[in-house]
Amino acid sequence: MAVDYAALKKGGFMRQKQKNHFSLRLAVVGGNLTVENLRKIADVAETYGDGHVHLTSRQSVEIPFIKLEQVDEVKEELAKGDCKPGVCGPRVRTITACQGNQICPSGNIDSYDIAKKLDERYFARELPHKFKFGVTGCQNNCLKAEENDVGIKGASKVNWNSSACIMCGVCEKACRTDAITIADGKIELNEDKCNYCGRCAKACPTDAWETQTGYLVSFGGLFGNRIYKGEELLPVITSEETLFRVTDAAIQFFDDNAKPSERFRYTIERVGIDKFKETIKEAYNG
Amino acid sequence: MAELDFNIDERVDITDVVCPMTFVKAKVAMEELEIGQVLAVTMNDGEPVQNVPRSFKEEGQQILKLIDNENGTYDLIVKKVEE
Repeated sequence: MAVDYAALKKGGFMRQKQKNHFSLRLAVVGGNLTVENLRKIADVAETYGDGHVHLTSRQSVEIPFIKLEQVDEVKEELAKGDCKPGVCGPRVRTITACQGNQICPSGNIDSYDIAKKLDERYFARELPHKFKFGVTGCQNNCLKAEENDVGIKGASKVNWNSSACIMCGVCEKACRTDAITIADGKIELNEDKCNYCGRCAKACPTDAWETQTGYLVSFGGLFGNRIYKGEELLPVITSEETLFRVTDAAIQFFDDNAKPSERFRYTIERVGIDKFKETIKEAYNG
Repeated sequence: MAELDFNIDERVDITDVVCPMTFVKAKVAMEELEIGQVLAVTMNDGEPVQNVPRSFKEEGQQILKLIDNENGTYDLIVKKVEE
């Protein structure tokens, strides 16, 4: 019987150069694995692979040198360690994320939580071509949001509370975009310059900057054969509900309009960025 | 809004070191102080003045004032409130 390579690829088994050997990609969300996962991965790599694993560029794990005839056995074995095979091909890929505000002092959002919710919503959804989401916690952009089809960046919308302020001057210097000026006993925030990094609030000794959690979303990033930086086409989003309404609209636009093997960026270009903007603005406004 | 009064007990100059030694040097100086005493930390413009105040906040110390010396350096005035 002929080997169905497409089905294997869909199930995370990537054909190797070596005949009848596959590199098995696992499902990983936001780059987090439990020790239980890691022990099972090590066992499987030792028993069924050649004793090594590969960490992919998008936070997944691949176990190379799995033999074709052992594919089902390997899947069963991995399931015992709560590990699932990942995906490849024309569908929603691994959701990547930084550690976010549960671990990192710079984080504005819980990146892992957002990644898990995106994973539940979209992972492995069949589409005309691959589709990548990435979630980064702040402007430091460790997770490189703009190289994804849809990138999400944690933001902090700030508002000065004069009664708590001691006029120490720390925020003016903590700001990297010169959005804050102190003059005549008053603090001015230039909203056009503010990039929502939240550094003023994090540095403020008296918490006189009130913050509202936000999300900056970029669309149409590519970082392969051709490179294109995803564009932020909406104002900062300040609720999770709106965020997912926007991501739903973006992925549906791709599903409805893309030609087979066409990446999101080129669908937006071909159909027209104004039409796409209209779609996501509608979702943004609810 | 109220500016806070202070008397400086000790001074440390961290303009001769670079990150991450800037905060290390400032922190070591702070360790010598008693609770309630005030330290003035002289630091360079740029990364140190962007980051050192926040590091003191994260350590639980109380920042009182950032003074621009108008010579490319700043004095950060910090009160020790935690060991």
